[in-house]
Amino acid sequence: MTQRFRLPEGGLIDRAKPLGFRFDGTRYQGYAGDSLASALLANGVHLVGRSFKYHRPRGIFSAGAEEPNALVQLGAGARSDANMRATQVDLVDGLTAASQNCWPSLGFDLGAINNQLSRFLPAGFYYKTFMWPAALWMRYEWVIRHAAGMGKVPDARDPDHYDKTYAHCDVLVAGAGPAGLAAALAASETGARVILAEQDGELGGALLGLDETIDGAPARDWVAAARAELEARESVTILTRTTVYGYFDHNFLGLLERVTDHLAEKPARLPRHRLWKLRAKQVVLATGAIERPLVFSDNDRPGIMLAGACQAYVNRYAVKPGSKAVVFTNNDGAYGAALDLAAAGIEIAAIVDLRPDPEGPATERAEAAGLPVLAGHAIIGTRGDQRVDQVRIARISADGASIVGGAGEGAAQTIDCDLVAVSGGWSPTVHLFSQSRGKIRFDAELGCFLPGDAAQATHLAGACNGAFGLASCLQTGFEAGAQAAKAAGLKPGKRRRKIQKAPEASDDGFLPARWTWLVPSDRPLGQGGKHFVDLQNDVTAADLKLALREGYRSVEHVKRYTTTGMGTDQGKTGNVNAIAIIAETQGRPIPEVGVTTFRPPYTAVTFGAFAGRDIEDLLDATRRTPIHAWHQRNGAVFEDVGQWKRPWYYPKASESMHDAVNREVKAVRSSLGVVDATTLGKIDIQGKDAAEFLNRMYTNAWSKLEVGKCRYGLMLGEDGMVMDDGVTARLGEHHYLMTTTTGNAAPVFGHLEEFLQTEWPELEVRLTSVTEQFATVSLAGPNARRLLAELTQDIELSANALPHMGLARGRVAGIPARVFRVSFTGEMSFEINVRASYGLALWQAVMTAGEKYDITPYGTEAMHVLRAEKGFIIVGQETDGSVTPLDLGMDWILSKNKDFIGKRSLTRPDMLKPDRKQLVGLLTEDPAEVLPEGAQLVETVLAKPPMVMVGHVSSSYHSPNLERSFALAMIKGGRGKMGQRVFAPLQGGKTLACTITGPVFLDPEGERLRG
Amino acid sequence: MLLIPCPYCGPRSEEEFSYGNEAHIPRPKQPDKLDDAEWAEYVFMRSNTKGVFLERWMHAQGCRRWFNVARDTVSYEILAVYEIGAPRPELELRRDV
Amino acid sequence: MVEAYLRQSALAHLGLEGRGAGARGAAGVAMSERPHRGIVNLRLDPGNAEAMAALKAAFGFALPAAANTSAGNTDTIALWLGPDEWWLVVPGPEPEAGPALAEKLRAALSGHFAAVTEVGESRTCIRVAGPRARALLQKGCPLDFHPRAFVAGACAQSILAKAAVTFHLFADESAAQAGAEGPVFDVYVARSFAEYLWAWLEDAGAEYDVAVVA
Repeated sequence: MTQRFRLPEGGLIDRAKPLGFRFDGTRYQGYAGDSLASALLANGVHLVGRSFKYHRPRGIFSAGAEEPNALVQLGAGARSDANMRATQVDLVDGLTAASQNCWPSLGFDLGAINNQLSRFLPAGFYYKTFMWPAALWMRYEWVIRHAAGMGKVPDARDPDHYDKTYAHCDVLVAGAGPAGLAAALAASETGARVILAEQDGELGGALLGLDETIDGAPARDWVAAARAELEARESVTILTRTTVYGYFDHNFLGLLERVTDHLAEKPARLPRHRLWKLRAKQVVLATGAIERPLVFSDNDRPGIMLAGACQAYVNRYAVKPGSKAVVFTNNDGAYGAALDLAAAGIEIAAIVDLRPDPEGPATERAEAAGLPVLAGHAIIGTRGDQRVDQVRIARISADGASIVGGAGEGAAQTIDCDLVAVSGGWSPTVHLFSQSRGKIRFDAELGCFLPGDAAQATHLAGACNGAFGLASCLQTGFEAGAQAAKAAGLKPGKRRRKIQKAPEASDDGFLPARWTWLVPSDRPLGQGGKHFVDLQNDVTAADLKLALREGYRSVEHVKRYTTTGMGTDQGKTGNVNAIAIIAETQGRPIPEVGVTTFRPPYTAVTFGAFAGRDIEDLLDATRRTPIHAWHQRNGAVFEDVGQWKRPWYYPKASESMHDAVNREVKAVRSSLGVVDATTLGKIDIQGKDAAEFLNRMYTNAWSKLEVGKCRYGLMLGEDGMVMDDGVTARLGEHHYLMTTTTGNAAPVFGHLEEFLQTEWPELEVRLTSVTEQFATVSLAGPNARRLLAELTQDIELSANALPHMGLARGRVAGIPARVFRVSFTGEMSFEINVRASYGLALWQAVMTAGEKYDITPYGTEAMHVLRAEKGFIIVGQETDGSVTPLDLGMDWILSKNKDFIGKRSLTRPDMLKPDRKQLVGLLTEDPAEVLPEGAQLVETVLAKPPMVMVGHVSSSYHSPNLERSFALAMIKGGRGKMGQRVFAPLQGGKTLACTITGPVFLDPEGERLRG
Repeated sequence: MLLIPCPYCGPRSEEEFSYGNEAHIPRPKQPDKLDDAEWAEYVFMRSNTKGVFLERWMHAQGCRRWFNVARDTVSYEILAVYEIGAPRPELELRRDV
Repeated sequence: MVEAYLRQSALAHLGLEGRGAGARGAAGVAMSERPHRGIVNLRLDPGNAEAMAALKAAFGFALPAAANTSAGNTDTIALWLGPDEWWLVVPGPEPEAGPALAEKLRAALSGHFAAVTEVGESRTCIRVAGPRARALLQKGCPLDFHPRAFVAGACAQSILAKAAVTFHLFADESAAQAGAEGPVFDVYVARSFAEYLWAWLEDAGAEYDVAVVA
């Protein structure tokens, strides 16, 4: 099929570069420079989809971002993309696209039965029909999703990659039409860093679709010269195919750059899309305007298009969108479109003008050219199944509310046509301005919403601010650009070239116009024809009126009830008409009705772009200890602890996790285990008030801790809840080293800094995080001392010289080290700290020397079992932000002689209630059963929930030392319930009976660790 | 995304900061002298201001210093930043909120 | 003395030295690990004129007073980190460089309230250089890396991708004109994040072509 509707010359397409593509399986040809929509129209394809609710045939309606109808499924397989606007898809060779929302085919669609049933599908249909019974909702939902869903999301992984970048500039110019180009020229003349972002592949905006002149030459020549000038300026970045999709606080904007979508061959190293997170000192919005449709009966058939879009197809793409056109307008602007269509050889059957006395510059030119005008007339109905083939026309009354001659066919005349070019005026694209929290105001003369007071450093240029004439666009563009640069702190430029002055151009807008928001028909509204307001969501004027009759008043509520403006196009073409019809129906002025909120994104942004490269291995930052490579080589299975990768257990050949953990646990109790404890947080504390500071932050007393000794500390929030625990060593007179739990290193550091800086700045204390300065290799077990003695010559390890909670310095395996005799396992244990870069060497030395003791590396799971056997808590496991030291039975660590953070909260009445959950041990009656952690506990088992819950299991393991399972639990008043039975009713009906015990299961006297 | 003028490092993106809630709530000097209600007021109760709010921020990914910010909770405009311990800034409360 | 061969840099296991044999060619970015720098964190009241003068006498330059700037000479670089906080960096890889630097500081500050803490072991330095270095770092950091905004000698703590880092623009584009690889950024990152950050940089830099250099 050749391009029957392609004009022989003109346009911005490259006829030397034909491109093949497929739509719904049929092969077509277009040219480089085409959009998918223009290429389809060149081949005479108008029917491109079915509507959302009624499955009515729909065609290409616009030529840009506002497209409500021509949404296609692009590509196939993993790269397939749904809901792509054919008007914004660059044609590439080999492109495939398919229509959406129809089954089994576009031409014959079973869902179209909805159109016949439409009187049973009013506004709010879903809410009314599917409210009851609730149990059936799941089934309804399935049906609705199948009936409604637009495109299809591919199942396979997205093979493309995406990029994100931050960016900064002095001036962002959004939109590269005449106003935006002028603004970018004026701003960059000062040397300002300018980013010019344009959603189209070409610069020029509306000029691409118009036959205008600037300084007596084609406007495109001026665009080309402006582009060349901007490209020559080092401080300017031009981003095409880049949509400014969001305008956020403090001039932070989101831009989506489509990097490779328009390339048939996509270079592997380039991302498909790039998301720009831009901070602009000043913003110039030159976002243009969007033409509005007219709301008349059956205004949705393929072949009914926006007048400006028809003009763009003729002028930019050299495509005839039809052969015989009726132009339907309420303003002067559409006459320009009519003239361009006529010049392209399209017969203008009539210009149907709602205005009783058409006037204006374009009207005059059209009349001079002899185009037939029907003043004070309206289209009151259309005909045509898959393409419009006839319109009915009637004279309208002076007030525009009805047709002259009343109802019935007699009053109307019919005109055959295959194209209806519609113009209902223009709506400035105020989306970004509104997103920036700028106020919007209604302009009665222009019949549209305009930007009011800006909320941020925002400047406006061109049609988005109501400057509709070309000369005004250029003028306001130059002004806005210069102002923005000045506001960004740049000095006015000196290079005044011809191109920088506002050039000569016409300044015709689209006025005068007549605002007839709802075009009357010869039938009552809602009967026999549909006046569509929102084409994408199939919302009609009758739906809006029904919602108002049912009592909805706020425009936001009417919007949600009818879904008007809630499609993927967010009502770019329909919203103003909807608001005006609501206002008219309510008898209120439009400004009083107001506008619905504009929300980002302006047009859809791929999820891939938001994710960028933060996926898979780079999903989150991962932290590795200096010994990580050894763990990896030796088969460790890793566990995520915060961002850290910690060895969980080290399975041998065919070992299960259970077997590996049992082996590791037993090795520690019987001979020697070693664990990589590098991840514990470490905070260096210096200054003469360090002890006082610790006194205030920890619950226990620190003044008397000797140099060279360690002490366990418990830290609370000001609410009295346990926040962290750890061992702190006194390294020198005014020098301490605090350890924190792995996961809490950063929060604890922040907590300390907060009080130091904000409450007690007078304290001479300074904190530095040294978590990663040291690698920590911890030996535990009866042979720990023996091994360490073999590795050091200068550290005395006897119980007297280095007792439990002692500290020594010297060399281990030849490496300078600090050795802390502290234990988290209940075994004799030495934590060896060396400078991080020696961590691996130390570990390897320990492993080699420890062979004779069958040294066993153990992971976090074995560590948890070992500490739980001793009843040692883990902050974040036994505690959850609602547990006090009293709940844990740790009264012994609360100093009575000083204040500390959280102390006062511990005497609040709620903290002293006897039924608070308390830490206890728990033994299942069947020693082989291991309770699931998190299991809820009850005292009385009922047939089914709800049951009265008295607590929960916080830690639960099998212990090879106890040769049975055991658990720690938080139980209401638990310490007073020793020996009592509780039950854990589990999912699936099983119930485990348990006995409450003390929380220490092994070596209660602590003999093993002192030795 | 706010642009917060750290009094020490200059304007930086909000991502670098952590939020510290309402400013000018000093820790009582003698907590044990307060009754339960007074203590709860200090620990739990904060204003929920519409308009100019004095709040604390910490430049977590920068200099790690705490400081105070006067921010309009309606417009998100930052009207002043000042050091911890400095008096409340005198601001024209001109906002129509 | 400790045996230097026992030391292992944060990225040693990636075998970057082997990869770095190739020529830089037309790559937009050249990356390398510059490990084992001696770094000392200093907390000192800049209003303590006597202590500041003692440091100037000991090191031959004054600590930088302006935010986000550095000072130094070929032996030692001082980076401004906060209103009373600096890093002193000794670029050489000698095992005793950090402790020696800390000793020198403690000696100079004897009698003054200051906190001197070695932190060099907790960081590694990834050098990111070449004509697209600014663009690469800009992808992951909200600072403004434009040549007008981030000039030679500038330093700043911020984030890069999801890691906290300290940037130091060791040399700007003029280094490239002199035939070197400028601009040259030194990116200091906590050692545990180094492998993640290296992987991120290579991934994000692929579009500019990344050369691993010695």
